Amino acid sequence: MKIKVFSYNTLDTPIHHMSGLSKFICFLLLTFTVMFSYDIRVILCMLVFSLWVLRLSQIRFSQIRLMVIYVAVFLLTNFVISYLFAPEQGPEIYGAKHIITVLWGRYTITWEQLLYQGTKTMKYASVVPLGIIFMLTTNPSEFAAALAGVGLSYKVAYAVALTLRYFPDVQRDYNDISMAQQARGLDMSKKASLGSRFKNALLIIIPLIFSTLDRVESISNAMDLRGWGKNKKRTWYARRRFSRQDVAGIVISVLFFAAGILVSVFINHSRFFNPFQ
Amino acid sequence: MHDISLDVMPGEKILIVGPSGSGKSTLGHCLNGLIPFSYKGEHTGSLRIAGLEASEQDVFTLSRHVGTVLQDSDGQFVGLTVGEDIAFALENDCMDLPQMHARVRQAAGLVDMEPLLTSSPYELSGGQKQRTALAGVMINDVDILLFDEPLANLDPATGKTAIEIIDDIHKDTGKTILIIEHRLEDVLHRPVDRVIVMQEGRIVADLPPDVLLCGDTLQKSGIREPLYITALKYAGVKMAPILRPGGIDTIDLSAAKGALAAWMHTAERAAPPELRPPILELRDICFAYEPGGKAVLNHVSFTIRQGEMAAIVGRNGAGKSTLTKLLCGFEKPVQGSIRYRGEDIAGHTIRERAEYIGLVMQNPNQMISEAMLAEEVGLGLKLRGVPEAEREARVKQALAICGLLPFRRWPISALSFGQKKRVTVASMLALNPDILILDEPTAGQDFKHYTEIMRFLCELNAKGITVLLITHDMHLMLEYTPRAIVLSEGELVCDAPASEVLTESGVIERANLRETSLYTLAQRTGLQDAAGFVQCFIDHERWMRQQ
Amino acid sequence: MENKKLFHVSTKTIVATALGAAVFTLLFMFVKVPSPIPETSFQTAYGIAGFFGALFGPIAGGLIAFIGHAISDGVQYGSPWWSWVIASGISGFGFGLAYKYLKVEEGVFGWKDVLTFNIIQIIVNVIAWVVVAPVLDIVVYAEPVNLVFAQGAIAAVMNAVSVAVIGTLLLLAYSKTRTKAGSLSKEDEAKS
Repeated sequence: MKIKVFSYNTLDTPIHHMSGLSKFICFLLLTFTVMFSYDIRVILCMLVFSLWVLRLSQIRFSQIRLMVIYVAVFLLTNFVISYLFAPEQGPEIYGAKHIITVLWGRYTITWEQLLYQGTKTMKYASVVPLGIIFMLTTNPSEFAAALAGVGLSYKVAYAVALTLRYFPDVQRDYNDISMAQQARGLDMSKKASLGSRFKNALLIIIPLIFSTLDRVESISNAMDLRGWGKNKKRTWYARRRFSRQDVAGIVISVLFFAAGILVSVFINHSRFFNPFQ
Repeated sequence: MHDISLDVMPGEKILIVGPSGSGKSTLGHCLNGLIPFSYKGEHTGSLRIAGLEASEQDVFTLSRHVGTVLQDSDGQFVGLTVGEDIAFALENDCMDLPQMHARVRQAAGLVDMEPLLTSSPYELSGGQKQRTALAGVMINDVDILLFDEPLANLDPATGKTAIEIIDDIHKDTGKTILIIEHRLEDVLHRPVDRVIVMQEGRIVADLPPDVLLCGDTLQKSGIREPLYITALKYAGVKMAPILRPGGIDTIDLSAAKGALAAWMHTAERAAPPELRPPILELRDICFAYEPGGKAVLNHVSFTIRQGEMAAIVGRNGAGKSTLTKLLCGFEKPVQGSIRYRGEDIAGHTIRERAEYIGLVMQNPNQMISEAMLAEEVGLGLKLRGVPEAEREARVKQALAICGLLPFRRWPISALSFGQKKRVTVASMLALNPDILILDEPTAGQDFKHYTEIMRFLCELNAKGITVLLITHDMHLMLEYTPRAIVLSEGELVCDAPASEVLTESGVIERANLRETSLYTLAQRTGLQDAAGFVQCFIDHERWMRQQ
Repeated sequence: MENKKLFHVSTKTIVATALGAAVFTLLFMFVKVPSPIPETSFQTAYGIAGFFGALFGPIAGGLIAFIGHAISDGVQYGSPWWSWVIASGISGFGFGLAYKYLKVEEGVFGWKDVLTFNIIQIIVNVIAWVVVAPVLDIVVYAEPVNLVFAQGAIAAVMNAVSVAVIGTLLLLAYSKTRTKAGSLSKEDEAKS
């Protein structure tokens, strides 16, 4: 169990040259556009665009294989369960029912249901490349600066930075503790009863939490001694200057955002694209 | 703390020593403002720093005058990279970026960390983390640098460098330096102006080192005096400040030569332990975490005999902890075999191995999961389904061995660090192992607690339990383990008595150790057999303990 | 602790938040207790959010669950599933409301406190998972109503159990380590 939170590496691509702050702004704008719109044309445009950016940023498939599998499993489960729970959701939304075939009882396949579920799946799927691009091309150091840059309190932003800083330490502690407890006879397999499964988890969690609490004091002393929190704001060593790429990225994102909204307001007159009426 | 009166002049370099609980850390907290900012309490009297009454200042104002380098270098390293961490104080001052970057580069240059500005803490050694911390406090241009136990987490060679860096900064910048530390000898590697000895909240001595080392204040307050001084005293050499005993390089040894040589012949020595049959045999062990990846262990072979007490030493990443994982069964060797009492244990599970090999981790808080002592010690038995009556008997026995029986109904939180350490040992002993592996058993302990822990381990050892210590504490090797197994980059570079390991310059360098001052002493007095002299000292100390 | 200001944020609060979020992330990804219902498991991480919330207040509790959930989603799926991340944050924030009524730091955590803590966490879990998460899913993704409410109800029950077991036991264990020095003299009898 060894996971690097962000397998970030420096590459010479336009995406890597963007500052963390502007990438975060783009990420928020594009994600919001995808989440707001229920128009499959808009969403597919976004998906194609984000896959293109994914290629542009030279992210290798091996870096994201595990995520792709997780997402695929999630989408498939969601697709099936959605249908089982609500085969009529599509017709209900679009106010029409064009039956392709009847499976049994109320389980029919309709164009409306296909469009609804297809759109939804694409909606879920298209935020994934956006997130991956942001996470794998942004130096974790810039993360907190980016959060503070969009107006979040610097104290909260710094909490995120500290989380990233100390995650590997916590992970190492966890591995050490789990080893020590296994040596004492802790059974990590799933055979035990529910009660003892909780108990076994606690045998690792309790020492982990207590040794973590021990650290809180020394870290906060170190921060106090170096003047953390004395001013209402702070600057960030890792913040980068805005470059041409930053301006371009934000302009493109704003255009997508505006287009997404405008399509809804003026063309669809709703968040939904409805070809059936 | 009571009746502390102390004047520190600008540009002085002062060492504050004292056992745990003597108030030396409290004194440090008063100076940097953590008292009363984070720790409340009552105070009388006056403390003025650079003319300011400290109790009227907040911690931020004081931090402009006093820069503190804390003991826990991981706790102090709050940035994701070296550069960010050095910049931390400037960020909090809202400095402009161009100016900040220039200042960070300059501060990093002072401690030779400029090439590593973008490195993350996981890529750094303990010494590099400490240098980053130093740059991070010096960037504020403070007048006073306060070091809180700077040697606690460093291996001997890095500790030596740390003391040299501190001294260089002192010489180059003329800043006032305060070092809180209980390892007197290691700090005295470079001269200090004064040593302040604290005990039970009072200052019991405030003397130049040359004077201090001639008296007996140190023994009385539980601080270990430098080994060369101890050796000279054994040999009956009289100390006087005029001889400049403050450093092994400065001391005048003209009178000592004959005395030491004579002592080598007459010193009472403990008999070497007898050889018993092997209990653990490692044959040609190779290991890599990924197939075909970098070998973490490379053809390592050695034998541990029943009832032995040995140290496994080496710098970070030498393969010490991997070796432990292989022994306990968390990882399987790629090649080679491990035999326990002649039987190959490749097929034994982690749980089965735990019944003959007990692993005690460095930090007892990482092992303790129950609130009450008896339950914690009995946990391993409970998990194995041992019936309650037998469990109770075995727990009682383990507690008795560890001297914890009187506390058996106590909550563990009420115990001291050393007692908690015993608890973790007891919970291993409840499983009746005949081998104990201890990871850095004495890390961060002062001389008194260190001695307590080691005496306890010696008692266990005397009862027949084989003890393996993973350590970089040289004193521990010199005083307690007759044998040291030295690993470097996955290879076994030396398997010999500690006296040889610590006098062999090639091994010392590869394992990040430093030569013991006893060896320097022998060389400076022209003794022929330096290793023999060190061995004589070890045997004599062991003889003294047996008396 | 001095005065119990619910929304006071000190350096210590931020550091506890950060380390708590790191532990949350780790447990959220790796330490799940399989439940009797197939394909579901108890998220021990919510017990951590409950514990830290009760010790450090709603800001810490809320941020721990929000940051922790967002990071582990990011690592596992490439992007956070915002509707559930927000619900997590709200639940953590809610657990932290118990901070006002508890004195765990001083070593006090009796059965009455156990009850207070659990009543609060159960109400909060219901709000977060049966109201917030489903409504967000419906608004953003037009998920079927019956589906999201069924999922939400299961999540509410599972997370409430996690907090009840892990959170309560952690608080109990922690309060025992904060026993006042004065009470130790009683233990002298055991010294025989």
